[in-house]
Amino acid sequence: MSLQTGLGHYLVVSALLFCLGLLGVVGRRNLLVIYMGLELMLNSANLALVAFSRFNNNLNGQVMVFFVITVAAAEVAVGLALIVALYRRRQTAHVEDLVSLKL
Amino acid sequence: MPQPTDLLFYAFAGLTLLFGFLCVANPLSRNPVTSAMFLVLTIVSMAGLFVLLNAFFLAAVQILVYAGAVMVLFLFVIMLLDLQEEERRKLNKVALGLGGIAIVGLAGILVRALTSGTGKGGAPAVEGTTRELGRILFQSYLLPFEVVSVLLLVAMVGVILLSKKELK
Repeated sequence: MSLQTGLGHYLVVSALLFCLGLLGVVGRRNLLVIYMGLELMLNSANLALVAFSRFNNNLNGQVMVFFVITVAAAEVAVGLALIVALYRRRQTAHVEDLVSLKL
Repeated sequence: MPQPTDLLFYAFAGLTLLFGFLCVANPLSRNPVTSAMFLVLTIVSMAGLFVLLNAFFLAAVQILVYAGAVMVLFLFVIMLLDLQEEERRKLNKVALGLGGIAIVGLAGILVRALTSGTGKGGAPAVEGTTRELGRILFQSYLLPFEVVSVLLLVAMVGVILLSKKELK
């Protein structure tokens, strides 16, 4: 790889960011921090899409990112509402306390 | 000879990865608020990368929607739940180690696969300005755009239903 930035550079950053998000999902035990890891993973996919769009001279990728951002915002709203509802019942946001399906 | 934009790329990429790491695995603090703040910084430096990729509109949207709206939602919920600092519980060392190995392996495979190809650094001909994106969005992607509005409505109704005290 040359020092001059190309598609590969952006994709590597995107892959590393995805792995960081996965590390947050796997390694942390707080529901909210797990959610932030999910956001990181979605963002890394966005970065890959924008990079492909730029280096293939095709704007459709950026429109896709626009939709991904919208879906992510809706997902965050619903997920956080679920976490709040769960917290009301169980008084915890720690995944190891949430091991039974029964309320 | 590296161009100024290349140097900017390395700066923003390094900042993005550093802040991303501090967001998910901060060695100094387990506080969710700290994670949220580092996530804001990650998103802002990623908006810098978007600008370098000529995606100006998306960079603005990224800061407005993610660093603005979504993170306010996160912080609001953190404050609402009044989460204390995540106490140091006895972690399952084996599971954590295996997860770490799996993720490092995945990162290695991805980076190796992505760097082995010959990436072409063609001259940019497209700019993700508001005008260009709007034209595509309202011509080719009009139906998905309208469907997304339905999705937002569904999410809104769902959140209101979930937030009610008594689910009937």
